[in-house]
Parts: sequence; structure tokens; C-alpha cells
Amino acid sequence: MSRETRGAFAIVAGDAQADRVVPPTGFTAWLTLFSAAAMAFLAVFAVALALATGRLADRWSEELARTSTVRISAPEGQMAAQTEAALKVLRTTEGVKSARALSDTEQRELLEPWFGPDVPVEALPIPRLIEIVETGEGYDPQGLRLRLSAEVPGAVLDDHTRWRRPLVRAAGRLRFLGWVSLALIGGATAAMITLAARAALAANSQVISVLRLVGARDSYIAQAFVRRFTLRALTGAAVGAALGVVAILLLPRAQAEGGFLTGLGFQGVHWLWPLAVPPLAALVGYVATRAAALGTLRDLP
Amino acid sequence: MKRRRCKGAAVIELENVAYSYGGGELLSEISLTLQPGSFHFLTGPSGAGKTTLLKLCYGALVPTAGHLSLFETEVRSMTRDDIALARRRIGVVHQDCQFLDHLPVADNIALPLTVSGRDTLEQESNLKELTAWVGLSHRAHAFPPELSGGERQRAALARAVIMSPDVVLADEPTGNVDWEMSLRLLHLLAELNRMGKTIMIATHDLALIRAAKTQVQARVLRISNRRLQLAGADL
Repeated sequence: MSRETRGAFAIVAGDAQADRVVPPTGFTAWLTLFSAAAMAFLAVFAVALALATGRLADRWSEELARTSTVRISAPEGQMAAQTEAALKVLRTTEGVKSARALSDTEQRELLEPWFGPDVPVEALPIPRLIEIVETGEGYDPQGLRLRLSAEVPGAVLDDHTRWRRPLVRAAGRLRFLGWVSLALIGGATAAMITLAARAALAANSQVISVLRLVGARDSYIAQAFVRRFTLRALTGAAVGAALGVVAILLLPRAQAEGGFLTGLGFQGVHWLWPLAVPPLAALVGYVATRAAALGTLRDLP
Repeated sequence: MKRRRCKGAAVIELENVAYSYGGGELLSEISLTLQPGSFHFLTGPSGAGKTTLLKLCYGALVPTAGHLSLFETEVRSMTRDDIALARRRIGVVHQDCQFLDHLPVADNIALPLTVSGRDTLEQESNLKELTAWVGLSHRAHAFPPELSGGERQRAALARAVIMSPDVVLADEPTGNVDWEMSLRLLHLLAELNRMGKTIMIATHDLALIRAAKTQVQARVLRISNRRLQLAGADL
């Protein structure tokens, strides 16, 4: 059994006698519990943010990549003919799965959020929109643009690239920020537990002095502190993560018209992610306390 | 750490040892050999360096010059773990005793066994025997702050010898107790010496040293002007 495995086993199994050599109370106990709980609560939100923005980026990328639009701007008498000509071009274009002109009703629905429900679409000089659904391979936008300009002078192809890229990039950065937040939370947790562990070691200098006097090794003394702080980090993080999950559950449900914020949460197997937060907090607590304890003991005469 | 156990070999040996702290030399040219089963008194005025010399002898301090061997191993070549293992062979009794106040007396006495991972059965049997030997059976479940000065010293002595160490170092063990208790502690230390343990007691109590001479064959050393000298003649 490796030294690390033995160490991890000792943390879980514990040593009742070794546990008792360090006094059980002190402000550091509450400090560790509270900071682990607060950080775990924030960590659940950071994970939810990262996963939600990841989903958003994937959805935008996927949905926008599969569709594009042809806009026909023509005098009233030529609108129908140009629309038909554009559809004919599109039906014979490789990579176009389907193409259809939006009806007046559909166009009215698109304008409704801005002009209200009673907008007289027929009376307005608005262009006709043709929705294109691409095949998996997609079409050649440059080639299609050339064909349309030759055969349908009033047609403009919009493959959504212009606004798709910044959106997908923004969602990707949000996802990255979510993971960065998680790393910062881990770092802040480690820093707080380190401070608490150092305070506990300083407050127990008399205990350390007695233990050394009777022949305790540094690893034995460190272990007594490490186990205690690891278990506190685990307990605090479990409470914080549970509260974080409850808070996520209490957020408004995602709806079609809802914005990004209503989609913040977990879906499917992603609900298992919060379960990883307490063991990770315990691992951070173990590493931070062990480093702090061995460092402090090395510095003591 | 090597644990050679040659009969007659010194358990602690200092050769031209000096120790400086804060720019001043506290001890200079100290040479001392503690043979197995020997009994030493270390005397001298307050601040002469008795406690410093004892701390050197159990590896709490490292000499700034000279050579110090614990159980035939040069202390500078010992790791922190080696020092910890060596301390299990050296029982130490302090004047202020130093207990873990949140643990009962019995657990404090058993602490050296606890930190060395000895099993509970062995601890219990050793503990019963020792608490009876130092007359603290009835106080085993009390907490250290509840003990009198003499009881604390006896508990500290029991803790120092529970691992059956080769050496017992005592720093002013009778400093806080009355004369009757001092003699009782001295009797316990003499008994340990008869069992083959090496004993060194730092004290400024000359009456105690005179009383000891009727019980054991002791060598009396005095620290004066940072140096160690034999001081038997004037006692």
C-alpha cells in the first residue's frame, strides 16, 4: 500500500487515540466549517454557470450553424417572381436540405415583439424571408451568393456567421469564466483552511511541545490536525453544497422566452456534479492542512 | 537510525560542545559521557545553563560547536524522525511538567505509548503498574490542573518512564514540592537507577544531592562560567 493510500485510509478510518491529543474546540473549527460551506455553496453556482453556458454555446452553435436566411428585397410586382426564382436556385443547391418562404403570418409573428400584434404586414414594404435548412455537410455560401446575385438580383444570403461567431465566443468565454471561478473558489478555500490550520497550530504550541517531548514524529502531530481539518472541510462543504442545490432548485424554470438566467441550473446527469464538491473540498482541506502543518512543524525548534 | 546497544557504550556523549544563542555563548567546551546505569546531578546557579545542557541531551537543541552523540549517533546526522525515535529512549521530567490539560492524568502518562502506536492492552497494563508505583492510582481520571505540585511531578515521572527508556533527564523535579515529596521523588529516581536506567537530575537543591548520596552512587557536576566541572568534593 503506498504512503498516499495509507494516508487517505488513515483520514477515513481515523485513530481515536491520536484524535484526542489535540483539543477539540476553538474558533478555527467554526472558521473552517463556515468557509468550506460558503465556498461549496458558491462552487455549486460556479459549476451550474459553467455547465449552463456550455449548453448555451453548444445550442447556439448547433442551431445557428444548421439554418440560414435569404432576404428578398424587390419592388412589389417582382416580389413573387424573385421569391420563386430564389427557391428554385436553392432547391438545386447541394447542401441545402430544404428551403421555404415564410408566410405573412410567420413574418407578422417575427415583427410582433417590436410593432405589436396588429401590424399590417401587407401594407409595409418589408422584404420576404426564405428559411434554409442545411444538410449535415452544409452548402458553399460563396457559390450560393454568386448564383443568387446572377439569377435573383434582390436576394441577400445571410448565413448568420456575422452574429453567430460573437455569440458562440461570448458563451464560450462565460463557460471559461465559470471554470475559472471554480478554480478561484478552490484556491480561496485552500488559503482559508491554511490560515485556520496555522492559527490552530499556533494556538496549540504547548500541545505540540508536549507531543515532541514524548517522541511524537512530525507526521503523527500533523496527522492529528490534518484529519480534523479534512473532516471539517468535508462536513462544511456537504452542508454548503446541499444549500447550493436547494437554491438552484428554487430558481425560476427555464422557458422558451426566458433568457439565459432562467436556464442556470443542472440537467440530467449534471445533477451529480454537486456531489463532487464535498470530496473535492475535503481534498483541498487535506492538502492545505498537511502542507501548513508540516511547514509550521519544520519551522518550530 | 542505528540502534546499536553495546554494553558499556555511552548513551549520551558530549565532546567539546558549545551552545550560543542571540550572539552570546551559553555553554562552552562541555565534555560529558553518560554511561548506562550512571547517576548524575547537574548543579549550578540559576541561569548557568543547566536546562540548556539537558535540552542538548535530549536533542531539543543542536550544539553550535563540538560533537554530541545520542545512542552513538551524531546528532547533526539525525533526521527529525530519528530525534523523535531517540526521545522515546529518553524520559524527560520538566519542572513545569507540561501536560495536555484536556486529557486525564492516565492518558497523559500513557502519551508516549500512544504516539509510538503501542497497543491498548500493553498501555493498560503498563499504566496500572506505573500509576501504582508513583502513588497516583486514585488520581488516574483527574485532569492535570486538578493535581497538586507533587502529584504533577509524580505523573511527569511516570510519563517519563512508561516507555522503559534508557535515560531519564529531570530538570528541577523537586522545584515546586515540599521536602517530603522531594525525598519521595528522589527515592523513585534512585529505584529507576537500580533498575539500570541512566539518570541525570538538574537541581540547585544541595540538600537533595546530599540526601541522594545515601541511596545511590552519584556523580555531581557543576556548571560555572559556561563550563562543566566535577563538584563532588564540596558537597
